[in-house]
Amino acid sequence: MTVAIFVRRVLTPVIFGVLLLVVWQLFVDLRDIPGYLLPSPTAIGTQLRENLEDILASARASGANALIGLIAGIVLAVIAAVVAAWVPLVERLLTPMASAVSAMPIVALAPVLSIMFSATSDLPRRIVVAIVAFFPVFVTTVRGLTRIDPVHAELMRSYAAGGWDLTRVIRLPGAVPYLFTGIRVASSLAVISAVVAEYFGGLQNGLGSRITSAASNTAYARAWAYVVAAIGLGLVFYLASLGAERLATRGRAPSST
Amino acid sequence: MSTQVQMPTVAAVALRAVDKTFGAGGSKQAAAVTALTGIDLKVAPGEFVSLIGPSGCGKSTLMRLVADLEQPSAGTIEVFGKTAHQARLDQDYGIAFQAAGLLPWRTVRANIELPLEVHGVGRPERRARAEELLEMVGLADFAGHRPDQLSGGMQQRVAIARALAERPRLLLMDEPFGALDEMTRERMQDELVDLSAQTGCAVIFVTHSIPEAVYLSNRVVVMSPRPGRVSAIVPIALGERTEGTREDTTFFAAVTAVREALRAPDRQGVEPR
Repeated sequence: MTVAIFVRRVLTPVIFGVLLLVVWQLFVDLRDIPGYLLPSPTAIGTQLRENLEDILASARASGANALIGLIAGIVLAVIAAVVAAWVPLVERLLTPMASAVSAMPIVALAPVLSIMFSATSDLPRRIVVAIVAFFPVFVTTVRGLTRIDPVHAELMRSYAAGGWDLTRVIRLPGAVPYLFTGIRVASSLAVISAVVAEYFGGLQNGLGSRITSAASNTAYARAWAYVVAAIGLGLVFYLASLGAERLATRGRAPSST
Repeated sequence: MSTQVQMPTVAAVALRAVDKTFGAGGSKQAAAVTALTGIDLKVAPGEFVSLIGPSGCGKSTLMRLVADLEQPSAGTIEVFGKTAHQARLDQDYGIAFQAAGLLPWRTVRANIELPLEVHGVGRPERRARAEELLEMVGLADFAGHRPDQLSGGMQQRVAIARALAERPRLLLMDEPFGALDEMTRERMQDELVDLSAQTGCAVIFVTHSIPEAVYLSNRVVVMSPRPGRVSAIVPIALGERTEGTREDTTFFAAVTAVREALRAPDRQGVEPR
């Protein structure tokens, strides 16, 4: 039983991934594809090994940008969501604004912010991340805070409980699974937007800047090595937020969305 | 335990000429619906009264009026001599619904403590009361469990324990066993009979089930719909409930009496549409 699950969940995708790499390698070797078109997995692996120290340092820089921006976005989103759930007018004002902000392409925003701040600052990237992370957390948290089981509401009324009691005892704990769903979505977006924001000038310390500089030096295998690191960083963020979500919603039915 | 001055002359619940109309003066398209009309009902302290009738007869609405979750359109409602509103503020009743309505993120114990917590009772006192109630409903071993680890019957027991947390003298129950299977249901009925005897609180119990109403009650209030009103009150004299009660001829006679009251030709008739 557990073996069957292990085979289906873990072994099958791993075998598939390895097969894909083998096909890729053979394709590049046998067809003699030039490295600037598509480097082979072994070439990328070599670059990964040779530049490991710098790759890890860049991943740390990008990770810091993503994490700090993510945390700022989550904190702002939760504060905004609590206010919006409390005052319907604020909700009506903030939701369209949040939607508008989420529709704004970060590619457009990143260079503008880079110019606004000095080129030696990490701040513009972190602001981009915070803006991107804000929206999913805000939307899901508002939904969690405003959705109340009618039986719970009646119960609190029968207890002659005040508005703050309702918030403290029902709304806030009830919104936790929704909050973590939002965080899970936001954490993947945070890494993407941090790396993308690093493309556009400014400090030369993140994975995004390394990818552009490697590519412009026609070191394509090296650029791919940084891409692999970016994928790894995204996975770390996703798994961490998934773990946090599981932890926060233990013993509860899984939330929707 | 309780140090309040008991005044046996004051009814637990007294409704006089109560009407309830929904949608009156509200939105224009929705016609006003008369849910209840001319309700007169008294429930004595410690008395167990069931409300029974077809869907739409307003039995749940009647219970909700007593709970001050709805306001009457006319008439007066008194709970222990006070207005229903004051009784709610004073926590004179405990309430249980068809859905157990437990907070899924809280343990069983913390769910039972909920009303006490809302009313600022200190932690040690809360804990002690919860242990006492868990013992009473036979769930002492499940204090640390989460609601979704419990069966439907166990969840409903937790809900009843929660309703009893404030030692109310009145218990309002809206089809609390409606979602349970028959076996569990009968066991829960036995437990409820014990609980109400133990605590001495009056109970208003809304149900669809004739045997359930008969088994539990001192009086069964039979209601009819359109508009909701009391069509008969059947007193039940079964004495102490034992294992044999449900197979007793007096039990069947009472069931028949309630059934006939429910079937009785509707004197006010149903207007043709």
